[in-house]
Amino acid sequence: MNPIARNPKDFLTGCIYILVGAGALIISRDYDMGTAVKMGPAYFPTLLSGLLIAIGIISVLRSFVKSGTPIGVVAWKGVVMILAATLLFGAIVRGAGVLLALPLLVILSAAASARFSWKTSIAEAVGITVFCIFVFIEGLGVPLPILGSWFGN
Amino acid sequence: MELIANLGLGLSTSLTPLNLLYCLAGVFLGTLIGVLPGLGPTATIAMLLPVTFTLPPVSALIMLAGIYYGSQYGGSTTSILVNVPGEAASVVTALDGYQMARRGRAGAALTTAAVGSFFAGTVATVILALFAPPLATVALKFGPAEFFSLMVLGLLASIVLARGSLLHAAGMVVLGLLLGLVGTDVNSGIQRFTFGLPRLADGIGFVVVAMGMFGLAEITRNLENEETRSTVVAKVSNLMPTREEWKRMVSPILRGTAIGSALGILPGSGSILGSFAAYAIEKKVSKNSKEFGKGAIEGVAAPESANNAGAQTSFIPMLTLGIPSNPVMALMIGAMIIQGIQPGPSVITEQPQLFWGIIVSMWVGNLFLVVLNLPMIGMWVRLVSVPYQMLFPAILVFCGIGVFSLNNTEFDIFTMAFFGLVGYLFVKLDCEPAPMLLAYILGPMMEEYLRRALLISRGDPTVFFTRPISATLLALGALAVVAASLPALHKKREEAFRE
Repeated sequence: MNPIARNPKDFLTGCIYILVGAGALIISRDYDMGTAVKMGPAYFPTLLSGLLIAIGIISVLRSFVKSGTPIGVVAWKGVVMILAATLLFGAIVRGAGVLLALPLLVILSAAASARFSWKTSIAEAVGITVFCIFVFIEGLGVPLPILGSWFGN
Repeated sequence: MELIANLGLGLSTSLTPLNLLYCLAGVFLGTLIGVLPGLGPTATIAMLLPVTFTLPPVSALIMLAGIYYGSQYGGSTTSILVNVPGEAASVVTALDGYQMARRGRAGAALTTAAVGSFFAGTVATVILALFAPPLATVALKFGPAEFFSLMVLGLLASIVLARGSLLHAAGMVVLGLLLGLVGTDVNSGIQRFTFGLPRLADGIGFVVVAMGMFGLAEITRNLENEETRSTVVAKVSNLMPTREEWKRMVSPILRGTAIGSALGILPGSGSILGSFAAYAIEKKVSKNSKEFGKGAIEGVAAPESANNAGAQTSFIPMLTLGIPSNPVMALMIGAMIIQGIQPGPSVITEQPQLFWGIIVSMWVGNLFLVVLNLPMIGMWVRLVSVPYQMLFPAILVFCGIGVFSLNNTEFDIFTMAFFGLVGYLFVKLDCEPAPMLLAYILGPMMEEYLRRALLISRGDPTVFFTRPISATLLALGALAVVAASLPALHKKREEAFRE
């Protein structure tokens, strides 16, 4: 049986560690290594990258000899919706302002739930938006526009 | 009698109206997020950190501390009434607490949890006051080699205490150390791993990473199995335990407090490990062990005392050594740095007001918590019934606005989203985020201490093994790792985390 199927967690984790370690090692080569007495900016990262690659290799090797538990359910809808809602909020908050960005964030993320209902989400979006405008923007002075630059503000 | 003078200073600091107010606000918020499942102290403190910029340092830290130990109280309410842990440290409380509630003893279980927590909180406050100052005095003698070894020990301990595979946790630590190096190198002025992005010149904000990995990733994980969430809330009638119940809770509270206090100091655990260990030990030593899982009052008293004691003693390494033992403490260190206080053994002598003010405020806060949690239980019961699908969009909004307000930039929102994704990926791969976050905070400090230690020793790496304190610390770390990987103990460790 292939290691991805038999021990996906060890195999994938190991691959991630090796990739990140190798990436950091390659980038570190641009910096000055220095000596032990006078450590350069590459010294510690090179040490760590090597260690990470070693851990990654052991993890991958282990997935060939030892079976592990499956990854289990993945909340794909949750992953995509939460990510999309957050990114969209970041992208439009200055342009559109919180009056539009917040309700969108609330409703879009709430739609990730299997128990989503338009009615409660819209009510919640209104409540949260009003609360945030008063508490964060008026009260604590967070510099976010209520209506953003797209509306000529 | 220096202690009494110090405690007097602490009292006068923590009893000013302003600090009392922030202490109350902290424990109130703590109880609130403790009661609400899916929102933990790490994400909450991360969200509130920007708000504390404007407060005086003592008030800010008193409030943040209150959130942490307050959440330990609140977590038990949800465990007992709905069989869903409000907090990770209250997982085991649900086992017997909910069974007690089903037998109509919900009130007694809540009282047991509150009394146990209060007792444990009081003892832990005394332990802090007694042991923190001598520890800080010892730490003042530490050189760079000792600090480096201490951090290695802390990270090794966080690997041993993490759930799941040791190897994965070790990788997470190294990953966190590397991530901590992103930004400008203080010695050479070179920007490392910034990919030419000027926003990364100061490094990735710790709060941004914490909110992503603990806030967003947690929401996504909770969306996996929302159908199975129980929504039935048990009724609370009589809060008063019977005479028999009072008698049975005494020794579990004492044992729980001792176990929790001891384990709380260890890096990587804080309150969670203590509650698991206290439950497991109580089950072994109690003469009512047959009743465990069916509503034994001991099964509520022991873990609830332990988690509160652990939450408080985990402040010891943070306050005396400037080294965080869990992500919450790492955030507290962040709060100190923002306020212009350099965490470390000198805090106690240079900022005695802050140090003693926090300690005494913990006891005051525990007093508030008893009042908040027993007479006002009705309010929390209603809150328990707020469904998660209403809760998480609000959490997301607070994360979004909170992270923006750190530097007033959308870049942090995108970074948070990225770490939310990464955090969920690691959850699925059994890689716990806590060791990574600790390493992330320690990364730059470790590099600096390593640099200085090697400079002093003229490049001789054996300095870490020839200096006695340093060697002892490293030996302890090695011992912990070896012990955890022995087959017999390895099995025990897995069992402890499964329960």
